[in-house]
Amino acid sequence: MNAVLLAALGLSAFALGYRFYARFIGRRIFQLDPNFQTPAHAMEDGVDYVPTNKWVLWGHHFTSVAGAAPIVGPAIAVVWGWLPAFLWVVFGTIFFAGMHDAGALWASVRNRGQSIGALTESVVGKRARALFMIVIFLLLLMVNAVFAIIIANLFVSFPSSVIPAWFVIAVALAIGYVLYRKGVPLLWPSVIALILLYASMFVGDAVPVSLPDQVAGLGAPVMWVLLLFGYAWIASLLPVWMLLQPRDYINGIQLFIGLAIFFTALILFNPTIVAPALNPAVPADAPPLIPLLFVTIACGAISGFHGLVASGTTSKQLNNETEVPFVGYLGSVGEGALALAAILACTAGFATLGDWNTFYSTFAANGLDAFVLGGGAIISGGLGLPVHFGQTLLATMAVLFAATTMDTGVRLQRYIIQEWGQIYEIPALNGRFLSTTLAVITCLALAFGAGGGGAGGLVIWPLFGTTNQLLAGLTLLVLSVFLMRKGRPTAYTMVPFVFIITMTILALLVQLKAFWERGSYFLVGMDVLILVATIFVGLEALAALRRARNEVKAARG
Amino acid sequence: MEDASGWEARLRRVGELVREYYEAPHRGALARARREEDDLFLLLVFSEMMGIPNPASYYTLELLPVLYDRFHDWHTRMGMERSPLDNFRCC
Repeated sequence: MNAVLLAALGLSAFALGYRFYARFIGRRIFQLDPNFQTPAHAMEDGVDYVPTNKWVLWGHHFTSVAGAAPIVGPAIAVVWGWLPAFLWVVFGTIFFAGMHDAGALWASVRNRGQSIGALTESVVGKRARALFMIVIFLLLLMVNAVFAIIIANLFVSFPSSVIPAWFVIAVALAIGYVLYRKGVPLLWPSVIALILLYASMFVGDAVPVSLPDQVAGLGAPVMWVLLLFGYAWIASLLPVWMLLQPRDYINGIQLFIGLAIFFTALILFNPTIVAPALNPAVPADAPPLIPLLFVTIACGAISGFHGLVASGTTSKQLNNETEVPFVGYLGSVGEGALALAAILACTAGFATLGDWNTFYSTFAANGLDAFVLGGGAIISGGLGLPVHFGQTLLATMAVLFAATTMDTGVRLQRYIIQEWGQIYEIPALNGRFLSTTLAVITCLALAFGAGGGGAGGLVIWPLFGTTNQLLAGLTLLVLSVFLMRKGRPTAYTMVPFVFIITMTILALLVQLKAFWERGSYFLVGMDVLILVATIFVGLEALAALRRARNEVKAARG
Repeated sequence: MEDASGWEARLRRVGELVREYYEAPHRGALARARREEDDLFLLLVFSEMMGIPNPASYYTLELLPVLYDRFHDWHTRMGMERSPLDNFRCC
């Protein structure tokens, strides 16, 4: 199979999905109204509620939802062959993620820009909201732990990425400073920053940095994990303008540049996919494709995290309701394109099937390494750069995406802990230092509790995917209740919901057995917690659905 | 000449959009941080009246008329329904 052909197929399918399905749901189901006053206008305050240009808003939505996750998932899932991953990413994006993201955005726009958590409370009930918060906290916890491990592994596998990855922090601090304190216009500092960043990749390429194998009895990956959480602790306590804001910005630009570089190089290089469509020799430790495929690729096919972004910030800035498909649906298509790039890098970037088989000889083979190796080969082949530099480039980008997510994740965890402090009247939890420390400690506990001394690979990845899908399922359910109350068709949200929740519960059970057999009781506990939360929220929401149906019937009857 | 100005306008437009892209997601967080700083400043200005000695109060006195508009928001945000100061009336 030719890789360019597959890319063209995938991207055309996305285009058709946007052209037809997104338009269909916009017209028939959401019945978007150009005259509806969006919260950005109705409650305009110059701070949270600001009408924003649709391109800017799309750029934001896309870059805040896409990151390292849509790369890691597909990179692991191609172990079953490229076809299942490809199909799930394409159809998942078109029928699941697009609907989910656009739906969450629309429901929030129609409810004064409320977040999906608040919507759950008003549509489903108070208990569901409390469970929702726990699920979100677990999700953040897993994101931070997994991403720290991912970055640590990348640093160890590709030591040339260490210098550019840390240098970007200095660049971000400089941008934040000149912009906020000096009021310099943004355009030129950005150009200079990008040039500096790419220059630092050359430096990193020439001067790889490795930690010694053993520091105080700890291995290099463990040291990196500790260092990264030390960084995250500091970073999430700093004012937003100083580090997070410029980092987000640099990252967003990197995402666009990275996608452009990758697809250009792919066309120029025109590689063939060496991996089998369906892997006949799946490694012995790999779990069954069904249901695990659907939780391994979470972001990139459907992800509950998007609903948080869509209903958190995006909905408060939407200029016109008719822009819901453009911002929400096309935002998830952007992420689908990134997942597609990851699939192609991990299946077409290897020289022979033998190489590919050797790499994917275990399920927990660090997928991101495959992405960096394969993608690096494609970039160097297409653009005539040294192979090594191509790898440094991709490894740095992957580290940047994951690290920015960590920054934000730890900060969000802190907000939730502070909120719990207020709800349950524990004033000590309100303090910034204590709450941040607690957030970091829980992440470390998970990273090390998962076994393997904090670097035991990505055992928690499918569990993260499961939680993410669970959140997506809940959002779809809330959306269905909302649609039902409005007397609109609910099949387009209920079918994805039933599918995703079935796969999630099955995956939880499969993993529960695997964790038990491995003796990872910490993970068994988390799995059970998530399972119980799923069942409870599911029951609550089904009850709400029944209530809504009766209301509609009574109103008609 | 006209071409050049067209380019300039376009470049400026791009700059504006980039700026919006940079600022939009964090406006809320920044506004909150700013308000916290402002609250602290108000506390300093009113500290003398609340019995906290402040060597700069002679100078901050001049600021009172300027800050009066924000006083009501401040004391309600700090959890005091009425003005906490005997000689400084509010609502």
